[in-house]
Amino acid sequence: MADAVIGQVTDRATARPRRFGLRSAMRRKSMTAFLMTSPLILLIALLVVYPALYSVNLATLNRSMEHFVGFGNFLFLFNRETFWMVVRQSCIFALTAVLFKAIFGFVVAHFVHNIPAKGQRKWRGMLLVPWVIPPAMSCLAWLWLFDPSYSAFNWVFEKFGIGPIPWTGDAMWARFSVILVNVWIGAPFFMIMYLAALKSVPEQLYEAAAVDGANFLQRTWYVTLPMMRNIIAITALFSLIVTFANFDIVRILTAGGPIDLTHVFATWAFRVGIEVGDIPLGASVSLFMVPILTVAAIFILRDINRRGNEA
Amino acid sequence: MRGKLTRRRFLATTAASTALIAMPYVRGSHAAGRLSIGFWDHWVPSANNTSKALVEEWAAKEKVEVLVDYIPTQGQKLLLTIAAEAQAKSGHDILALSTWLPSDHANQLEPVDDIVEPLIKQNGAVNATVEYLGKSQGRWIAVPATIGSQIKGPCSRIDLMKQHAGIDVQAMYPAGAPPKAENWTLEAFLKAAEACQKAGFPFGIGLGTTPDSVDTAGAIFHSFGAQAFLVRLGAPAGSIRDEQMAVLDPRHLREQFVVPRQSVDIDLHDAQVRHGRGALIMNPPSAWAVAKRDAPQVAEQCWTHGMAAGPKGRFAPCVPYFWGIWSFGKNKEAAKSLLVHLSQPAAIEKLVAASGGYDLPPFANLTTLKTWAEEEPPKGTLYHYPNPYNHQVLSIAGAPAPPKIAVQIYIQGVMTKMTVRHLQGEPMEKTLAWAENEVEGFLRT
Repeated sequence: MADAVIGQVTDRATARPRRFGLRSAMRRKSMTAFLMTSPLILLIALLVVYPALYSVNLATLNRSMEHFVGFGNFLFLFNRETFWMVVRQSCIFALTAVLFKAIFGFVVAHFVHNIPAKGQRKWRGMLLVPWVIPPAMSCLAWLWLFDPSYSAFNWVFEKFGIGPIPWTGDAMWARFSVILVNVWIGAPFFMIMYLAALKSVPEQLYEAAAVDGANFLQRTWYVTLPMMRNIIAITALFSLIVTFANFDIVRILTAGGPIDLTHVFATWAFRVGIEVGDIPLGASVSLFMVPILTVAAIFILRDINRRGNEA
Repeated sequence: MRGKLTRRRFLATTAASTALIAMPYVRGSHAAGRLSIGFWDHWVPSANNTSKALVEEWAAKEKVEVLVDYIPTQGQKLLLTIAAEAQAKSGHDILALSTWLPSDHANQLEPVDDIVEPLIKQNGAVNATVEYLGKSQGRWIAVPATIGSQIKGPCSRIDLMKQHAGIDVQAMYPAGAPPKAENWTLEAFLKAAEACQKAGFPFGIGLGTTPDSVDTAGAIFHSFGAQAFLVRLGAPAGSIRDEQMAVLDPRHLREQFVVPRQSVDIDLHDAQVRHGRGALIMNPPSAWAVAKRDAPQVAEQCWTHGMAAGPKGRFAPCVPYFWGIWSFGKNKEAAKSLLVHLSQPAAIEKLVAASGGYDLPPFANLTTLKTWAEEEPPKGTLYHYPNPYNHQVLSIAGAPAPPKIAVQIYIQGVMTKMTVRHLQGEPMEKTLAWAENEVEGFLRT
């Protein structure tokens, strides 16, 4: 009986702090934040983590998906000439497109920034149009513009005695076309990010630079660019990831042609995995983007962290 | 006391049980279960209504609840649906499978020898390409379908061919009579292409990786006997026969590369005919049907006919469709019963009529239906479309390599890429080496 009483007392003594711990945990802001974000975390786990792990699993299977082959699919790809061509083209496509998007975005952001506040909103809205139209739709319009027989571009050029240009039929022109459309769609995103960054640069810095006799280029180089560095890096990183994984533009405009010279990772993965029916190889092609983008992300984010610490 | 069985309760229970057992079986409207079907969404609008009516007619008779989905091929929707269902091992009981998909999913498809063999006995033999694509390890794994099956032979402009190339396509392929096409060779085809090109009405033959481009290139390769090149690449080591090696002489391939020089973008080649800008395309009568609606004066001048012959024979691209039953399907017997119903001559005749003659039955006895004789304008324009006199071999690019390899040759457009590479100045030996390397990669199992 005495043992039983002691037992009950001990249980109560241990139970109290536990209840107290839970209550205090619930009071903590981090716990509340975790609970509130948990539906989203669950959603991401279901829609991102699970497919990612599933694709890793697929990439380790043979073509008929019956046997485990480890890194066999990757080793197979490393020996394929076409695969390395796709790697090269993806890099050319992503780096060129991101560079031009950044340049156009930067220039246009400056123009918009210098428009008086009253009319600026209209311009901002109009310039965002390419970015907000679903890419599949705008790509179809571009496809018609690039059409070999009825191209509006060629019709105009013909008036000046130029062309006809094989927009999607020749390798160089096809690459130019897909990059052009990517820049057209993506540049407004850069523009809006850079515009936000420009607006946050303190006016006093420009005034001080003007007092020191700095011209426009010097103001841009010594004031604007350093103040925008983090935004430029983050925007470039996001855009690099999205552009590397681009599918719709290439698929609609060239379907990877002519003779595979515009294929990027996503279109090649679709061709191999879905159209040919070799799903493990398709998964391996798409997973090959991960190390490339991870390296890029590490470098860019490390640079941002360093500057953050310096500040 | 509670658990005790009284005499009264025993009698009541016995009476109730007897009544239940003796109750007559009431056959409900869906007594034979459910069946879900994924058909190809036909581009001819009324064609879907006819297939749906045929399914409902069968369902009412067999007391089966049916669910029919029409899945378009735009954006590869059908292909993605099939891939997803194969992965999930769940989905429709019956699915429309385009050309290579039966062999792609052979392990997951229910063998259908028990229905296809009797259908062949009833409706006539199927061509070798249908058999090559629909069978795996000697067994039928899908039922050759009428809906979607097509031959991509030439559709010529009567007036332009006569005016610029001096070829009377109607006389060569007269409606209601056997073809008189002895002189219709690839050499004549090339001369006609050049003449029409000079006159501003080029032949529309693409060199991309779209099916239309690949189908045409495949037929031309076959016409020159170059398929042996692909057999060599697709065959297991040690099984290469000397005579197959002999055709590797690059001159055999080089001859073919001349024809597609008149190429245009294949995606728009039917538009080329519809707008009166081309003299010939390689397509089923879809371009003609659209022209009939949009540009009747162009449609009046269109004539679908046989392919030109090469040194090794006359080959036309044939792209059959199949109906497959998933092995994990829940109502396989009902699925087989429906596919037999859809393959009856009366049903096939309705399907062909509904598609305006576009759909081709796979069976030899059903190539002379009245639709093809009567469609107009001009009357008889489709008479030779279903190859009624068997004067051309119906083939598919990539064959006769094993289907698992041939599908990659086809989808990757190896033949059109070879053509483009060589036309862009790459030496033939290098082109062949490239193709060999590509196809070696396809041997992956």
